[in-house]
Amino acid sequence: MSTTAKRVYGYLAEFDSASALYKGAEKVRDAGFKKWDCYSPYPIHGMDDAMGMKRSILPYFVFFGGSAGLLTGFSLAFVTQVLIYPTVVQAKPANIFTTAAFFPIMFELTILFSGFTVLFGLLGLMQLPRLNHPLFASRQFARSTDDGFFIAVEARDANFNPEETKALLEDAGGKNIELVQEED
Amino acid sequence: MAQQAKTNQAAVSGDTQGEVILPVMEREKLILNGRSYNWITERICGIVEKPQPLIWWLLFIPSAIIALVGVVGGLTYLVSTGVGVWGNTNRTMWGWPIVNFVFWIGIGHAGTLISAILFLTRQNWRTSINRAAEAMTIFAVCCAGIFPAFHVGRVWMAWFLAPIPNANAIWQNFKSPLLWDVFAVSTYFTISLIFWYLGMVPDLATIRDRARPGLRKFLYGIFALGWRGGNRQWSHYEMAYLLLAALSTPLVLSVHSIVSFDFATSTVPGWHTTIFPPYFVAGAIFGGFAMVITIMVPARSIYGLHDVITMKHIENMSKIILATGTIVGYAYIMELFVAFYGGAKYEIEAFKLRIMGPYWWAYVAMMFCNVIAPQAFWFKKCRENLWIVMFICMLVNIGMWFERFVIIVTTLPRMWIPADWKYYEASPVDIITFVGTIGMFLTLFLLFLRFLPCVNIAEVKWTLLESDAHFDDKKAHPDKGVDKVSAYQFELDENPNVEC
Repeated sequence: MSTTAKRVYGYLAEFDSASALYKGAEKVRDAGFKKWDCYSPYPIHGMDDAMGMKRSILPYFVFFGGSAGLLTGFSLAFVTQVLIYPTVVQAKPANIFTTAAFFPIMFELTILFSGFTVLFGLLGLMQLPRLNHPLFASRQFARSTDDGFFIAVEARDANFNPEETKALLEDAGGKNIELVQEED
Repeated sequence: MAQQAKTNQAAVSGDTQGEVILPVMEREKLILNGRSYNWITERICGIVEKPQPLIWWLLFIPSAIIALVGVVGGLTYLVSTGVGVWGNTNRTMWGWPIVNFVFWIGIGHAGTLISAILFLTRQNWRTSINRAAEAMTIFAVCCAGIFPAFHVGRVWMAWFLAPIPNANAIWQNFKSPLLWDVFAVSTYFTISLIFWYLGMVPDLATIRDRARPGLRKFLYGIFALGWRGGNRQWSHYEMAYLLLAALSTPLVLSVHSIVSFDFATSTVPGWHTTIFPPYFVAGAIFGGFAMVITIMVPARSIYGLHDVITMKHIENMSKIILATGTIVGYAYIMELFVAFYGGAKYEIEAFKLRIMGPYWWAYVAMMFCNVIAPQAFWFKKCRENLWIVMFICMLVNIGMWFERFVIIVTTLPRMWIPADWKYYEASPVDIITFVGTIGMFLTLFLLFLRFLPCVNIAEVKWTLLESDAHFDDKKAHPDKGVDKVSAYQFELDENPNVEC
């Protein structure tokens, strides 16, 4: 008998193929679950609809990140070249009309800031890095990055019921249904 | 170009009288021999998990020695003695270091082209080669960065390139293409690194999940960031990948355009032309693809990746080399034409010097390797013979180095003041350092093959037919690929008023 207290994370069910996972996901979605996820070794197209998910909001972050980069590039060049240290090289003027020569810098910084926003925005939205997770306690879950397809329904979900959820997953075509527990 | 289609046999043969048959095109498969998800995982992760073959060591040890002697040794000698140990002389101040810089930065362009532009244009064949090409990009940019950093003369002052307030209260000249270059190359390196790393996270998780508890699991686990592969992660991940591809596409075109501005915005005859940006970009893609083939074909046969990197991939890359090589050839001839058509005296003299001056051999090498040699790729026989493909790609690698040599070295030694004219010769330190960067490039690439998944496992799985969420439905209702409609019925549908 284990001495540590354990907390139920939820049910993990395996599916045979991407098609089976897709059909299973539609059933779980229709049952009204919110805290659940489909695990697959590669992104399955159309899965967002099958799970009733909305489009990622990442592009909005990136728009503002990119705009910040554009503004930074302009300010950096304009303030240093025109305002605080007017540099006249090759008889090129140091005023607002110099801006055209700053376009490459503005462009590159737009891309640079957007790229960093993609990276950190993505990590924020995925809630990573998170090195441990209750699902890693499941032995079969390791196959999800190889050739396994899984659905995990969390016990935190308001609709979760030990018997009914299991029956639902079985009905949806799930196999090797496992109750995943985390050590508290 | 991406798919080689063949007409469905059923459509052209057999008894077709009285029936209208609509033929469909069938795509050649990207992964051969019906390999499964697990086979792909085993094969790619196996490279990292198993001991390396003897040939890996035979390549790695000399490469590492060349890198140490050439880059570490050469640069230590340069810094401790002075930048004069390079062959750069008055007038030809750019010499080999900038030739090498443009050469390496150009090679870096294929990686981002494969991962970004081919992604946006939905060329799924890129999935088998994009990881290695991106790695190549990063290593090539590392090699490229060495040269301008040391070319500034006092490398410990290289931080003056960055817009940081300094004691002299002097700022960089933001109107200069050389500063644009600093921003372009550093942005390119950073974005390529982010693209490469984010693309690798799911595959690092695959290696983590296969490893037994220990150091390997720990390290790959940290770099996999705790990836779980849930659709709630994939959904954001796919969006991030699309955004990075969309950002990298103009970026990759801008980087070599800006490198070409270093030349084109000057008033030097032979450099001051508007054709430079597209010509440089086409050349970069051309040289980059040749380098991808040069390193991927041996890697493919050493690690038995024939089912993942198929002849189709090599053929497609050969065709891109042919197309871009022809664009480059057009640019060579067009800049020549414009020089004579424009009637600018010094421009004409510069081109005469290029072709008939003391560096004529470089011009011939460039023309032969970049324009004539790739024309062999018009023939399918040549695209299918790996020896020929490798030989031509080697020629292209050499030719692209000569192209930059021609642009820089045939122009600078003879400029406005004849008293300044001098034949430019590289010093032994120049040669040692350049060969050292080749060693460094190979060393980094071999380490990449050893420690990281060299093919994008997740994306390759995604190209398999059974990865489709509706694959089982299609199996239940197989689509024969041919729609048979009786001829009279067809006519009836078309002309409802016809009398039967």
